[in-house]
Amino acid sequence: MNELFDLSLINWSRGQFALTAMFHWIFVPLTLGITFIVAIMESIYLKTGNPEWKKVTKFWMKIFGINFAIGVATGIILEFEFGTNWSHYSWFVGDIFGAPLAIEGIMAFFMESTFIAVMFFGWNKVSPKFHLASTWLTAIGANLSALWILVANAWMQNPVGMRFNPESARNEMVNFWEVLFSNTAINKFLHTISSAYILAAIFVVGVSAWYLIKGREVSFAKKSMIVASIFGIIFSLNTVLTGDESAREVARTQPMKFAAMEALYDGTANAPLVVIGGLTKSDDYDTHKRQDFLFKIEVPNLLSTMAFLDPNAFVPGIKDLIHGNPEQGIISTDEKIQRGKVAIAELSAYKSAKEAGDQVKSDSILAKFNDPIWLKDYFKYFGYGYYDNPHDLIPSVPISFYSFHLMVGLGFHFLALLIVIFWLTWKGRIQNNKWVLYTALFTIPLAYIASQAGWIVAEMGRQPWVIQDLMPTLTAVSQIDASSVQITFWLFAITFSALLIAELKIMFTQIKKGPEGGH
Amino acid sequence: MKKYATRIFNFYKEGFQSMTYGKTLWIIILIKLFIMFAILKLFFFQDDLSNRAQTEQEKSDYVLEQLISP
Repeated sequence: MNELFDLSLINWSRGQFALTAMFHWIFVPLTLGITFIVAIMESIYLKTGNPEWKKVTKFWMKIFGINFAIGVATGIILEFEFGTNWSHYSWFVGDIFGAPLAIEGIMAFFMESTFIAVMFFGWNKVSPKFHLASTWLTAIGANLSALWILVANAWMQNPVGMRFNPESARNEMVNFWEVLFSNTAINKFLHTISSAYILAAIFVVGVSAWYLIKGREVSFAKKSMIVASIFGIIFSLNTVLTGDESAREVARTQPMKFAAMEALYDGTANAPLVVIGGLTKSDDYDTHKRQDFLFKIEVPNLLSTMAFLDPNAFVPGIKDLIHGNPEQGIISTDEKIQRGKVAIAELSAYKSAKEAGDQVKSDSILAKFNDPIWLKDYFKYFGYGYYDNPHDLIPSVPISFYSFHLMVGLGFHFLALLIVIFWLTWKGRIQNNKWVLYTALFTIPLAYIASQAGWIVAEMGRQPWVIQDLMPTLTAVSQIDASSVQITFWLFAITFSALLIAELKIMFTQIKKGPEGGH
Repeated sequence: MKKYATRIFNFYKEGFQSMTYGKTLWIIILIKLFIMFAILKLFFFQDDLSNRAQTEQEKSDYVLEQLISP
């Protein structure tokens, strides 16, 4: 059935969404983390009364302000795209997606806009304690905004707390708390904000390292490094814990994504974890999309332990998920496709019965959409019904594998670097270690790469789904002209790149000026 | 009440007036918002479903049709 879709339209729409989301995500993690770093610095200033800490606070607040201004409103383009390019999806998800986004919008507007103004304009105009409270509330407000977006995204990865209404063709929220507190949502929120805090810590440490390389602002840079490195170490450890929990959740709810992340084709008990590996297309790639390892270094039993807390546990591979594995209770993708087609046929029959005024038939079909057993056996696989070839349901294994391993590898590099920075700064030896300072400086772009790689794993790894197992990308996209998507893609890319260059110039100028520059 | 409103207004006014690089940032933000709302939203990002159907029922029918016979 999927050959009926305009692949050019789908690919351009996906490309445009990826471009705007990745552009938006350049700025968000720094905002999420640096606001807390600034709040901690201001708290130290208020506690000690040392004016140096005020200088430190005001400088990083200024950098936050520039970053915030660069990123502000870029996320709105994503909402435009929902209405234009992804209208079927927007209708299908109904209030489940709309409610968190609305809460986010209101919260962002009232909390952030009010307290940011006090943060920037309120020095010497409001009491020091009220100013500090505003700084903390700005940080909390920014992070609460992120919560709602991440809850909406988590629902797409693991749709819970809803029922599908065949009459309106919409999903309706039946349990708000299940949506908000699903394991997927909690892990996604904690893992994403922790990784954002690491990026902010690396940014502060890297810029401070630049001052030390130049032999400038020594006391300022050391103070910044101490706060940022401790903050970064704490949240690096938290990122490891939440990442571990997230991987377990993915193994349970999105086993195909998990298998792709590890390039695991043949499921096995005592599955090893690949630490480093290189992939190459196998001889039967065209039919099975199989990739073989050119080389790999692996740790025995670790993947089974990570996924199921049991070194002997069976971890299904791509082959098991496609062809099924009755011994492990895994049904084949062909079977899921057949069940999905049954669910689509029932929806079609329901529409026909309504149009014909056949109340008895429409009521009997409606009853199926309210029957938990039928929902579990058939509607759960609704999205599979749009496919004929099971291999179309395999995400890009190289992209998932490399993005995942890049993110994890860089995560450990950040933790090690932050520990070294903290130790050397604490011992007063940081200035003498030029290679550490240069490493810190050149790690800034790596933090952004790791952050983007995390989203690539999350979003590319779940393909072809927009909503896991229910809605594939090809049915989510609006039936609009692909050329109009191409125009907006390039319009956005050109205009926002130009604005980004102008804004980055302001940021670099302020960093060069240092803490004594204007505001 | 009027006194508080005046104080809040002056707070923002003085804050904006004392900005240096912040003024440039505000100009860029306004350009960005103009491009987004006056060009992109108005001419390129129209609501697809609203163009195809007027009422909620018509929108439901349209999406349902797309889901069962894409």
